Amino acid sequence: MHEYSIVQSLMQSCEENARANNATQITKVVVKIGVMSGVEPQLLQTAFDTFKEETICSNAEFIMTMQSLKIWCNDCKGEYILPKDTYNCPQCAGVELDILDGEDIYLMQLEMV
Amino acid sequence: MCTDCGCSTRGTQEKAHEHLHDNPQLNDTKTISVIQKILDKNDHEANHNRSHLDNNGVLGINLMSSPGSGKTALLEALSEIAKFKFAVVEGDLETSKDADRLISKGIDAVQIQTGSACHLDAFMVHKGLHDISLDAIDVCFVENVGNLVCPASYDVGTHLNIVLVSIPEGEDKIAKYPVMFRQADLILITKTDLLPYFEYDIEAEKKEARRIKPNVDILEINTKDTNSIQKVADWIEFKQKMRG
Repeated sequence: MHEYSIVQSLMQSCEENARANNATQITKVVVKIGVMSGVEPQLLQTAFDTFKEETICSNAEFIMTMQSLKIWCNDCKGEYILPKDTYNCPQCAGVELDILDGEDIYLMQLEMV
Repeated sequence: MCTDCGCSTRGTQEKAHEHLHDNPQLNDTKTISVIQKILDKNDHEANHNRSHLDNNGVLGINLMSSPGSGKTALLEALSEIAKFKFAVVEGDLETSKDADRLISKGIDAVQIQTGSACHLDAFMVHKGLHDISLDAIDVCFVENVGNLVCPASYDVGTHLNIVLVSIPEGEDKIAKYPVMFRQADLILITKTDLLPYFEYDIEAEKKEARRIKPNVDILEINTKDTNSIQKVADWIEFKQKMRG
């Protein structure tokens, strides 16, 4: 249950970004969750709702978008989405893959006043 | 006229007026694109830890597994045979039992008690590293909190990840916790001396591991078989040499 730690880091980023933009309130937080990031969206939502009280995000809408595994295959030189957590190229079954997205969690967008 | 925004609504149109003030454009809402990793501060600290280890010529290895898979037992066994000198940063929620076990074997170990945190992060490991004399060692292990979920999301600033999974935990651990096993540079299937007592298809588990991480190294070990522990020591020594 590391979602609470992740939300703490997220809140810090929100505060820093708000300060840098002279905003007093954040109204929307958009995050991108990789399917292989190890973060459970439902738990992240709960953690966000718990932690946002009395922070700059207290009235913020929390939007999560899920990111599939996106890879570049170095064998057949193509970009693909992996349907599951099997790390083989869906086109040529190659395993020399660069992971382009889907293993991390990103803060993407903030709306603030 | 409203003094806030200069609009002319009033009286019965109060509701509409309020609505006007809710209009994001009037309140000067700003949308900014950020695109930063949520754990970027941790990653930054992790890189700092790594360069600290690099500057001292120390190889950092993060040990992760469920509780009771044999992380501490592996370190005890390694201390008997390894040619490299090592220290350990120990992570547990409570107690310093693991560090005490290692210290009694003559291993330099510091205990981090995470309280309620289910994983070590780069900041905790940084603190731990301060209490270790890096110039006296070749390898620094970080023995993470026993947990197959949370530690996988945190780079603690080591160079390599070893993930252990023991026979009594049962099959399907690799398939059930893909994020963790995806992080592994070496998977150790431990307590293989218990194979006769459990239904456990090692080859199927290896196949599963390589579905998630095609090029992962896998060794079967048990602490009563010194040869199997020697293979782990050899793997670590090889990695040491490959980093110069």
